This record gives sequence, structure tokens and C-alpha cells, in this order.
Amino acid sequence: MTSSIPIATTIAPSLATEGATVELIGVVKDYGTHRALNSIDLSIKPGEFVALLGPSGCGKTTALRALSGLELVNGGQILIDGVDVAGVPTNKRDIGMVFQSYSLFPHMTVLENVEFGLRMRKVTAGERRGRAAEALDMVGLGKHAARFAHQLSGGQQQRVALARALVTRPRVLLLDEPLSALDAKVRVQLRDQIRRIQTELGITTVFVTHDQEEALAVADRVAVMRDGIIEQIGTPEELYTTPASAFVADFVGLSNRVSAELSGGKVVVHGKQLDLLGELLPDGPVTAYIRPEDLAIESRGIPATVVASSFLGSLRRTQVVLDDGSLLSIQHDVDTRPQPGDAVFLRLKGAPVSAVPRTVNAPIGEVAVP
Amino acid sequence: MTAEQRLGTQPSKTTRWIILGIVGLVFALPIVAMIEFTFRQGLAGGYTLDHWAGLFGEDSARTYRGLFQAIGNSVVLAIVTVGIVLVLLLPTMILVHIQFPKLKRVLEFICIVPITVPAIVLVVGLAPVYSFVVKIFGSGAWTLAFAYGITVLPYAYRAIQANLEAVPVITLSEAGRSLGAGWPTVLWRVLLPNLRRGVLAASFISVAVVLGEFTIASLLNRVNLQTALLQVSQSDPYVAVIFALLALALVFGLLLLIGRLGSVGRNRKES
Repeated sequence: MTSSIPIATTIAPSLATEGATVELIGVVKDYGTHRALNSIDLSIKPGEFVALLGPSGCGKTTALRALSGLELVNGGQILIDGVDVAGVPTNKRDIGMVFQSYSLFPHMTVLENVEFGLRMRKVTAGERRGRAAEALDMVGLGKHAARFAHQLSGGQQQRVALARALVTRPRVLLLDEPLSALDAKVRVQLRDQIRRIQTELGITTVFVTHDQEEALAVADRVAVMRDGIIEQIGTPEELYTTPASAFVADFVGLSNRVSAELSGGKVVVHGKQLDLLGELLPDGPVTAYIRPEDLAIESRGIPATVVASSFLGSLRRTQVVLDDGSLLSIQHDVDTRPQPGDAVFLRLKGAPVSAVPRTVNAPIGEVAVP
Repeated sequence: MTAEQRLGTQPSKTTRWIILGIVGLVFALPIVAMIEFTFRQGLAGGYTLDHWAGLFGEDSARTYRGLFQAIGNSVVLAIVTVGIVLVLLLPTMILVHIQFPKLKRVLEFICIVPITVPAIVLVVGLAPVYSFVVKIFGSGAWTLAFAYGITVLPYAYRAIQANLEAVPVITLSEAGRSLGAGWPTVLWRVLLPNLRRGVLAASFISVAVVLGEFTIASLLNRVNLQTALLQVSQSDPYVAVIFALLALALVFGLLLLIGRLGSVGRNRKES
């Protein structure tokens, strides 16, 4: 069942919050001998929308569950509005949470589901009904109040879960990959709706996802995680344009891995000197990470042969192979339409690049697609 | 590939009815024979309602006092056994499912073991245990429920486990907790309504097992429905068969109730 998501005309004023500060200080979580969170530090401002982004097993969901209290941490502090809640059980933390899998209570109607949190807080029946109805209107499901979970589509269930999480006016909203089970169109619609509601309610939100496009599209800041640590935290623009490490460059957006030399702080790629992003490396062979949009197809330059070209709506992405066998991806306007087998020339636009010593990197000449 | 393609075409309606008829006949024949027997008038032939009417006669309370007491014992045993299943087994299974999933196999093994041990062997082990049980709890009929709690484990475990596997128990409990519910509330208001079918099945199967149990009670010198029926059958086989039929009807009714109550939620959802 796929349908467009109706946009509520007004956001429920009774659900607006002031937002809370959230701080993780040196948080450690071990599963046996495996360290899932390795002294995580994260500070979130009131009303901020922060995405935790990373590959499977990087610790992003563990961090969220530690924040929710569903996982007890082995060390460090978890502060909400300055109060350490590391030892406080989940049901006392005053959080709202939307889960990856559908989590509506099957034996309750949509309205009863949304009322559940208010019932736990002993809100009177009249107020409970009013606020639950308001929350359902906010997510455009006011007319579905009497239905059961199995009578709703996946997108509708997650919107009810969102209403259920928000109706109690929690201090923090935690979203654990809430869109991952939905189809592409509903996913984008719901993503935008979540962001709109979050902005208008002003609730501090932590959003876990492995989808970099999703993270970049909705978050004020994105924390890129790997192996239980935060590699970099910054605005989507900062992460994309000035990645702090090769991993971030590799994980956020598309990157071409290109064989290069580092000399005097400059990355030399096919004879062109480029500024190095991130930490200074010793001179020597490196692998440079070059964005597809930092390459151009020109009449002169590095010779290459077109392998494939894809129309992506507002732009086109073309794959070429260099004489040394390297496969590169170039992003360009749709007016240029190279055909497979065409001989073309590439130009480096000169944007700064990330690089790592070649010995520790993946094979050269592959397009890194997260 | 659909399930139908994998398994081949379904049997025709006629074939299904024939299979159902044969199976039904196998089950129905002994029951019909029992019913017929209760109306017989001695070995000479002819039928009478006297055996049934005798149950409601003026002297029946005195005549069948032992049998009624045994029925009372069995009912108490059934209730206590179901209590043991609900108070001990159910929370343990939920706890293992949510918090200690690595222990699932161990728990399953422990719960299934009793089905591999014949009741007569079980009694050999239980006899010395019951010498202690009597010292601590007395010799009340209900104490036999401790042994029955073990014998019903495989059936109750399977019924509850099937339901646990079908419901996203972990996600539901986490959702409940994130909404402010403590563990007791999560158990009572979130999990149990969704485990109702498994819990009912476990309870009624336990009742059925307890009402049909003979060996342990007999060898431990206890009185329950089955031991009393045997005793009555020595003097009045008709009454013994009548009570056996009534017990069968009760268990059949309970099983129907499982299906009925299990579908109540579904019907409510569909309406």
C-alpha cells in the first residue's frame, strides 16, 4: 500500500517542546570482548537534529540505545539537560522513540497506541483523547484512529509510531532507522515530514541511519561513525566538502580512489597539484579521494574511454576507464551525452582532496559507493 | 516459486473429504462405542437411560462420593498446574526470549526432556522427592501439581514458544518502555494481550494433560479423576465410561475455547 503523505496544515501547538541538551561524554559499551562504543563524545544543542551515520556495526544504533537506556553503558556519562541519566531506566528518561521495525501494539487501535504513553503518565481521559487526536492529525492520520496496525501500510505505521513518540512531549526524540523498511517514495516523503515536524516542534532529535543521502538531507549535523568512534561531526556541507578523514570522504557521497603522490603537502594527481584535506601526511605514494563533480569531461586532459553513462534527472554520471585501468566516475550536466566506447579527456577542477597512504587503502581505481 | 508450486497441486475437495472422513471415523468409532455402551442394559441387549439417570439420583452423592472427590482433586490439580505454568514458565520464557536469548536452547532442552521420560520412570525419581514434599507442604492432593508441572512442560512450552516467535516481543517491550511503562506494565498490557493465544493453549493443554493423568497419581497413591474412574469401573463400568466421556467432552470444549478466544482479537480487528 503506497500513498502520498498528507501534510497537516498546522503543527499541534500542544506538542511543542523547548528541546533538551544531550551530551555523551566518554561513553563506553562492551559486548563481551567487543567494544561497540569506544569513548564516544557527542554534544547536541536543544532543538538540534543530529544524524548518526555509518556502516553496519559502527556503533550508531548502540549509541542511540545507550541514550534511550535500552542498553546499559560500561562507562561514561549520558547527560540530558545536564543530568546524568546513565543509570536511569528507559521508562524514566522521558524520551520518544521510533524503531526500525514496526512497533505498534497489534492489539490496540491507532488511537489507543498513541494514547499509551499518556496513559502511563496518568493524563486524564479527556486530555489524552484530545492530545492523541492532535498528534494523529499532525501526521495526517486523524481519520485512521480506529484502525489496527495490520490495517495500515508501513509508512502509515511509522507515522503513527512518530505521533505516539511525540504525543508525550518527550525531551528527546530518538529515531532508529525508521525509514529503512519503507519503499523509496514513501521514504523520502516521510523523511521530509519528520524534518518538518521536528523543526516546528523544536524537539532535540537523534536519527540513526546508514543512508548517507537521508542523513545529509534532514540533519542539522551528521556524526559519521566507524568502529565505535565518531570519525567526524559537522554540518552536511562540512562533511562533504571538508571530510576529516579518508573514511568520511569515502563514506559520505561518491568518491573516486585515485593513485597519487604526496609532495610538500600537495597531492599530485596526473601532474596536477591539489590541496590536501585533513591531517598532513608524509610525502610518498597516496590514494586520493576525488569527488565525481570535481572531475570534468573536456577536449584536452587525461585520456579515458567511456564505459557507461547514466541519466540521473538533473545530472548525468559517466564512468570512464583510464589508460592504467582505473575506473572513475564523473558527474556532469545532462547536455553532455557521452556514449560507451567514446574517447574523452578528463580535467581535474582543482578542488582539495582527502588522501591516505597507499599501503592502507582499498584497491586503486574503484568508485567508493557507500 | 509459490508454496503451491513447491508442494504440488492441492488434493481435490473429494480427496480431502475422504481423508477427513477416514480420520474422523478412526476418532469417532471408540467414542461412539463408549456412548453406546453407557446406554446398554446388561449383556442381554436392549438400551436404558438408567446409568445416566443414576448419576442424578438421590443416592448418587453418597454412591459416587469418592469419584466426586477425585474430580474435585483433579480440578484443583489442573488449576495449580496452570498456575505453575503461568507463574513460573511464562515469565521465564519471556525473560529468556528478551534478555537471555542464548539460553533459549537450554530452556527448550529442559522443557522437552519430560516428554522423553515415561511417567512410570518419572515416578521412580519423584517418589523420594515427594517424601520431602509431604514434609514441607503436607499430603494435600494439590501437591501432585508439582509433578504435573513437569509433565506438562513440553506441551506448555511449545504452545507459548510458537506464540513468542510469532510476535515481535522485543520490539514491543522496548516500545512500551520507551513510552514510560515499567516491566510489570509492559508484561501485563503489552505482551500478554499479544501472547493470549499461546497462554490459553498452554493452559488448556495443561488442563487436558492433568485430567487424563493416571500413572503418576496411581503410583504415588494419590486420588484423581483417572484413578477414581478405574476404581469405579471395577464395580460400575457404565458410570466409569460416562465420566470418561464427560471428561473428554470437557477437554474438547476447552480446545474449542482456545480457538474461539484466540480468534476474538482477530474478529475485533477485522470488524
